[in-house]
Parts: sequence; structure tokens; C-alpha cells
Amino acid sequence: MTAGTRNVPLLLVAAVVVGTQVILSALKADFYLTQLTMAAWYTLLALGLCLLMGYAGQVSLGHAGFFAIGGYTAAIVSTAGLAPWLSIPAAVAVTAVVAIVVGVPVLRLKGHYLAMATLAFGFIVSRIILGTPFFGQADGLSDIPAYPLLAGLAISGRRALRVQNFYLAWFVVLVGLILALNLVRSRAGRALRAIHGDEEAAAACGIDVARHKLAAFVLSAVYAGLAGACLTHFNGGIGPSEAGIMKSVRYVALVAAGGMANLWGTLAVSASLTFLSLRGVFGLFDDAVFGGLLVAIMLFAPNGVFGLLRGRHLLPTRVRARRDP
Amino acid sequence: MVAAQILQYVLSGIATGSIYAIVGIGFNVVYNSTGIINFAQGEFLMLGGMIAVSLQGFLPLPLAIAAAIAATGLVGVLVQLVFLSWLKKPEMLRMIVITIGLSILIREAALHVWDEKVHALRFWTGDETSSLSLAGARISPQVIWVLAVSGLMVAALTLFFRFTVTGKAMRACASNTAAARLCGIRASSLVTLSFFIAAAMGALAGCVVSPITQTQYDMGTSLAVKGFTCAVLGGLGSVGAAVAAGVLVGVLESASISVLPLAYKDVVALTIMLAILLLRPQGLFAAIGRRPGLLGARQDSRR
Repeated sequence: MTAGTRNVPLLLVAAVVVGTQVILSALKADFYLTQLTMAAWYTLLALGLCLLMGYAGQVSLGHAGFFAIGGYTAAIVSTAGLAPWLSIPAAVAVTAVVAIVVGVPVLRLKGHYLAMATLAFGFIVSRIILGTPFFGQADGLSDIPAYPLLAGLAISGRRALRVQNFYLAWFVVLVGLILALNLVRSRAGRALRAIHGDEEAAAACGIDVARHKLAAFVLSAVYAGLAGACLTHFNGGIGPSEAGIMKSVRYVALVAAGGMANLWGTLAVSASLTFLSLRGVFGLFDDAVFGGLLVAIMLFAPNGVFGLLRGRHLLPTRVRARRDP
Repeated sequence: MVAAQILQYVLSGIATGSIYAIVGIGFNVVYNSTGIINFAQGEFLMLGGMIAVSLQGFLPLPLAIAAAIAATGLVGVLVQLVFLSWLKKPEMLRMIVITIGLSILIREAALHVWDEKVHALRFWTGDETSSLSLAGARISPQVIWVLAVSGLMVAALTLFFRFTVTGKAMRACASNTAAARLCGIRASSLVTLSFFIAAAMGALAGCVVSPITQTQYDMGTSLAVKGFTCAVLGGLGSVGAAVAAGVLVGVLESASISVLPLAYKDVVALTIMLAILLLRPQGLFAAIGRRPGLLGARQDSRR
């Protein structure tokens, strides 16, 4: 692909974003934009997890923990009477530090051990939140102020800012996507895929395995922490369910359904399924839908829904992407 | 008094720890025959407890428990036959994700069949107020039941793997599936059997602790993590070591309650376990020189 055609899918996504807003506003149905904005923030996390799981091959069953760390840090900093712009940088910094502290020892583990350790990490975060009055226990934290960006623009759930926030959130997602796409195509991205294939072989090729794994882990945690902080400002609060195991499993399900090492698939699946889930389409069976999706995808279509369609020749085969090692 | 208090913590720690050990042994049984860590192992305890709680209204307690064990064992068999049996040489990440998904499905099914409330089975003997006095420590008779049942389970499993033909065949499959097949052992049905054993054991453990710790639809995850740590501490393969590890973890956890608020009980336990997992992934007793595990330790080539 040349540099010109490479940008076509990105422009397409941008067009879909703009088109969605225009159509919804024209139909006077712009209340959908609220859930679409929330879906955007969750999608940012899913993209980060896609980098970690799909490309670096490191499973994380505790990403909701990072999301909650970002969200709760933003909530606490923005209500502590400090400069209002401080909350999101602080949230990102705290998430990154926790990711480093957790990642250095945990990433030495592989397979089942890594899965269990990250599961335990998520569980610990959620239990600390539930057990500590400072974090609001089961009630969570509410009355979180908006995050001011420019004059007249803020991350806020106010109706007047609905359209602006929709564009803001999807703009951040697109930036995150471009960053991830470039990373995947770079030397570091190839190193991550080599690690995914065989760590010892990667090390033999001169790749610093531990450093690359840690970098991918921290980057994906930062995506999650940023998403958590922004969504907390958007919703004006955060609750302990955001740290729950079910949330972590749901993010894994989104990445798996997207096709694991497929940022575009993750984007599409996450945006649509999270939106439907937030609209309450799945009702009482919300968690069951994601559990079922996870099992069904992994059993019948380990390359994700788009991989399945491509296998049936319902989608054009991508010549380049799958041929990589 | 202090000595009695310590004894009390130790005894309740041993009781909870033996349950973790049972979960860990469940992991071992399945892992040895398939190389799969079944993340839904904790759900079997929940299912066993829940089914017995529903049946105790119109069945005598022993029958309710027996029915719960049979039903949960059946669930284990179905899980293996429907979801896992036809996957040949699956990638590990895929297996982890599938069993995690199954654990969510079982949990959600339990949420809809029962509810999100806490349930408890009747005390097997006496009630919540009855207690036995042991060297100044007061313990519930149910604690004795927990210890007796888990002890019996471990003994029965040991005898099964040592002395029965089926048990020996399972050990053969664990150490070399291809060679076992050549000797005429049907490996696939033994894998199904291992899921039945793991699920049935889990159900019985779920029934015996239900009066003390209660049963809730989402109890499986923390049990799975703790049980897995026991299995790892025991070096993924040996039953006796898993028991020792479980007791150690249980005692540490119950001692933590005396220092920190109850809400942090799981935090303390899981942090200790995470630390152990990181410091000694090869198992706590590896340095002592392991006797060949009761199941014959599978070579964990993926680590």
C-alpha cells in the first residue's frame, strides 16, 4: 500500500463519524450521541488492549483495573481543589506508574500464569475500591466537574456540549488508532509480533523482549487510564463496577471479536457492541452476551468476525497484513 | 487466651485453605490430562453450592448434596464435550479465553436461574450457634466437616490414581498421551472423566463450605485465582503439595483479618499469592526435590 491509499480507511472512519453526527442531528435523535461518545472512550481502551493482546501476545484480564485507576485518579484530583487541567495528566501518570510497577514482575510470567496474575491484579483493584471509604466504596465518586480544554470546550456531559464531546472523543480515538497503526508498522511493532511468535527467537534476533513487552503493557494501560479519566469527566462520576472482572473480560471479548491482531476490527466491533450495550439492547443478558460472544468467537472464528467473513470470501482478502510472520 | 486465639485463626485458616486446595487439585486433574487451565473451576463450587441450596427444601441434606455433585459433574462433562473436545491442539491464549468465557456464561446462567443474593446451605450438624471447644478455641462443627471432607477427597483421589486401572491410565495419559494411546488407552474419554472428577470435587467442596462462607453467583473468580495459586505453589502436578500450599495461604489469609479490615481480606490474600506467583513460579517445594507427583507432573513446556 502506498502512503496515499493507506489513509483511505482513516478518512472513511472520519467520514462515518461526521456522517453519524449529521444524520442523528438531522433526525433530532442526537441523544444517541451520548452513548456513542461513551462507546468512543471504551473503544480507546480496546485499541490499547488490542496492541497488547493481539500484537504483543500478552493476555491481560485486568485492564478494567487500569481504566478504574485512571478514572478514580481524575475524579480525586479534579475535586481536590488543584488546577482543573491537572486531572487527566495526573490520571495518565498514575496509570503509567502502576503499569510499570505491576508490569515489571508480572510480564515475566507467561500464558496461564500471566492470565491469572492480571486477573488477580484486576480483582485487587476492584476490592480496594469497594473496601475503601476514600473511593466511595459501592457508591463510587460523583459530582466530578467537567474537564476544561479550550474556551467553550470541555469534557462534560452537558447537553450543550454533546456534539462537541462526540467529536472530541472520536478525534482522540482516531489519534490513538493512528498512533497504534504506526506503531504496529514500525520496528517496535515488528519486534512485538516477533515476541508474540516466539520469545526466545525474538531475543536471539537481538530484541530486548522484556523492554518491548513492558512498553506495550504500559502503553495499553495509558490508553485505558486516559479512557477512564475522560469517561469519568464525561459522566461526572465513576463507580466500582468499572473495575469489575466482567469489564475486563468484556474488553478481551471486544478484542477477540475484532480479530485479536486487528485494530480496525477492534474499532468496529467495540464501537458497535459497546454502543448497543450502553443503549441497554441486551437488557439483563448484557454480561452473558459478552461471555457468549467470547466463547463463540474463540471456538468458531479465532480470527474474529471479519476473519470469518474473509474466509467465506464475503470480504476482500487483505494480501499483506496476514502474511506477516 | 492468646494461644487459643491463634489456634482459632489457624483452624479456620486450615479450613478455608483446604477448600482452596480442592480448587487447586481440580486445576491439576484437568491440567494433567489436557494441558488446559480451566478458568471455570471456581464456578463448579458455586454451582454445587447453589444446586444443593435449592434442593435442600425438599430433599434430605445428603441426597441434596449427592444430586448437586452429580449435576455439577454433568455440567463439567458437558463443558468438555460441547466446547473443548473437538479442538485439536488449540493455542493456549485461545483456551484461556474460551474457559474464561465459559466461566462468565456459567455465572450469568446462575444469576438468572437463582439471583444475586447470598445463599447458604444448612449446617451439616448443629446450627450456626453450635461450637466445639478445642484447647480453648471455639470452632464450628462445620469446620470439622470441611477438614474431614477435604481430607477424604484427597485420600480417595490419591488411592484412585495409585491403585485403580482407570487412575493409572489417567497418569499414563498425563505423562505421555501418544504412548498411552499405543497401549490401548482411550485418552479422549479419560479427558472427559477428568472434567467430571474436577467438577464433582468442586461441587462437594462448594457444599461443605456453603454453611460457613455462603454461596453467591460471583464467588468463582476469587476462588479460581486462589486455587490456581495453590496449584502453582504445589508445582502444578502434586496433590499433597497443593494441600500444603492451600493450608499455608488459608492461614495467612485468616491471620490478616486480625490486622486489617475484613473488606481487605481478599486483597491481602491475593497480594500474597501474586507475590508468591512472581517469586516462585516453579512451585514452593521444588527446591526440596519433588517426588514424582501423584498424577505424574506434566512437563510444562510452554513456560
